[in-house]
Amino acid sequence: MQVSMYRLYKDMLTSYLRDKSETALYHAQQFSKQMMEQDMSPEETVSLHLSVFQELAEDLPEEVTDSFDLLLEVMIGYGLAYREHQSLRDRQQELESELNVAAQMQRTLLPDKQVDTEEIDFGVISVPAGKMSGDYYHYDEDSVGNFAVAVADVIGKGVPAAMSMSMIKYAMDTLTDKQTEPAGVLESLNRVVERNIDEDMFITMMYGVYYPESHQFHFASAGHEPGFFYRSAADTFESLEAKGLVLGVSPKVRYEERGFRLDPGDFVVFLSDGVTESRVDGEFIERDTVVSMIKERLHLSAQEIVNELFEELEKAQEFQLRDDFTLMILRRKF
Amino acid sequence: MQVQTHVDINSEWGIVAARQAGRKLAREVGFGSVDQARITTAISELARNIYLYADQGQIKIEEVAEGGKRGMKIIASDQGPGIKDLRRVMEDGFTTSGGLGAGLPGVKRLMDDFAIESELNQGTVITAVKWLR
Ligand SMILES: Nc1ncnc2c1ncn2[C@@H]1O[C@H](COP(=O)(O)OP(=O)(O)OP(=O)(O)O)[C@@H](O)[C@H]1O
Ligand SMILES: [Mg+2]
Repeated sequence: MQVSMYRLYKDMLTSYLRDKSETALYHAQQFSKQMMEQDMSPEETVSLHLSVFQELAEDLPEEVTDSFDLLLEVMIGYGLAYREHQSLRDRQQELESELNVAAQMQRTLLPDKQVDTEEIDFGVISVPAGKMSGDYYHYDEDSVGNFAVAVADVIGKGVPAAMSMSMIKYAMDTLTDKQTEPAGVLESLNRVVERNIDEDMFITMMYGVYYPESHQFHFASAGHEPGFFYRSAADTFESLEAKGLVLGVSPKVRYEERGFRLDPGDFVVFLSDGVTESRVDGEFIERDTVVSMIKERLHLSAQEIVNELFEELEKAQEFQLRDDFTLMILRRKF
Repeated sequence: MQVQTHVDINSEWGIVAARQAGRKLAREVGFGSVDQARITTAISELARNIYLYADQGQIKIEEVAEGGKRGMKIIASDQGPGIKDLRRVMEDGFTTSGGLGAGLPGVKRLMDDFAIESELNQGTVITAVKWLR
């Protein structure tokens, strides 16, 4: 390797000293990439230059040769910084791929089965701002056909938030089939979270159940971003709000449960604050903006609506999400 | 016959003297100018650490031969406070100079073999070898 580098460098320098051409300089630029690929350090480059130069120009003044001692000494420091940079870059790639594995694992905690019932049109999208998400969502049909939906948001970002998210998932798994009333579910989850989570972390959550037999939808909220309820007959949107403290603050909390009837075409929207806190031109969008964006798409399926909203808001933010984004729609078909 | 030199480190003069002795021996052993500069930088960093953190100590340099290989060994020793968290100290980006590649990880990179022994309140011994190629 050294020999061929030496030859290459000598040819380049010879040609440059002869013609002073831009072409030779262009070759030098390409050569520098090759040197880095071969792990050649700055100090080796300086030394290569000197030895080639000594061969080409006979009788160099002693001062010129000596001055290279100083340059070499200084370049050792740059060489070390360069090496360190390489090793830190390798380390970063390692961390990155570890995070990718973790993110992959995290995705397996989320439900992914197709919802395909006669009565329900369902869609959800959840996109983390970073690799790991602090948002959690859930949907499930129980043995008698009741359909549960939930969106939770761990206050905090990154890996710690993502780790608490998995706790919510396991806590939900331990709920028995009998525990399906939204307020009761949040009360149980709150007990688990309160016992297991750091004091400075908490989780907001909205949980709802649709009972197809009675067409009732019930929900409760633990300090979560209010959702929306769309009434098809009146063509109006209402805010979905219910009183309740965020999960994990106090061991015994009661949650208000509210309910109403879903008529054909009616739907509910659950979301995380990553949706309403999307910033367009530096300003938070208003909840009204979300509403009007949905209104323009009433003819689409629930999944198409959430997908299109995400795409539009992502584009408006120049593809830089600041917060995890989760949006869910549950519509009664007919 | 193998050459061996000791330099006491208790001032910045000592650091320069250690560098000088190191460069001279490196040349005699047959290292090229790049490796001479590398070995000198390694000696410099080790001597500077002694001066800064242990007040005083010693740099010993010697020619080594092993299984047909020839090289040069640096032993930096002091009876200073010792290094608490060796693992952290050897991490890139930890030095007080803030990750410019120097410090102990730099010494390790500049040399071929590197070993460090440190006992709290007893002192530190760092051994580093560069082999001729
Ligand atoms: N001989 C020693 N005795 C006691 N502590 C030492 C000794 N050498 C190093 N240390 C400790 O290890 C740390 C790391 O040393 P290192 O030479 O890698 O970096 P630095 O001296 O902090 O910064 P730099 O050398 O990059 O200017 C030092 O900050 C010092 O606390
Ligand atoms: Mg140091």
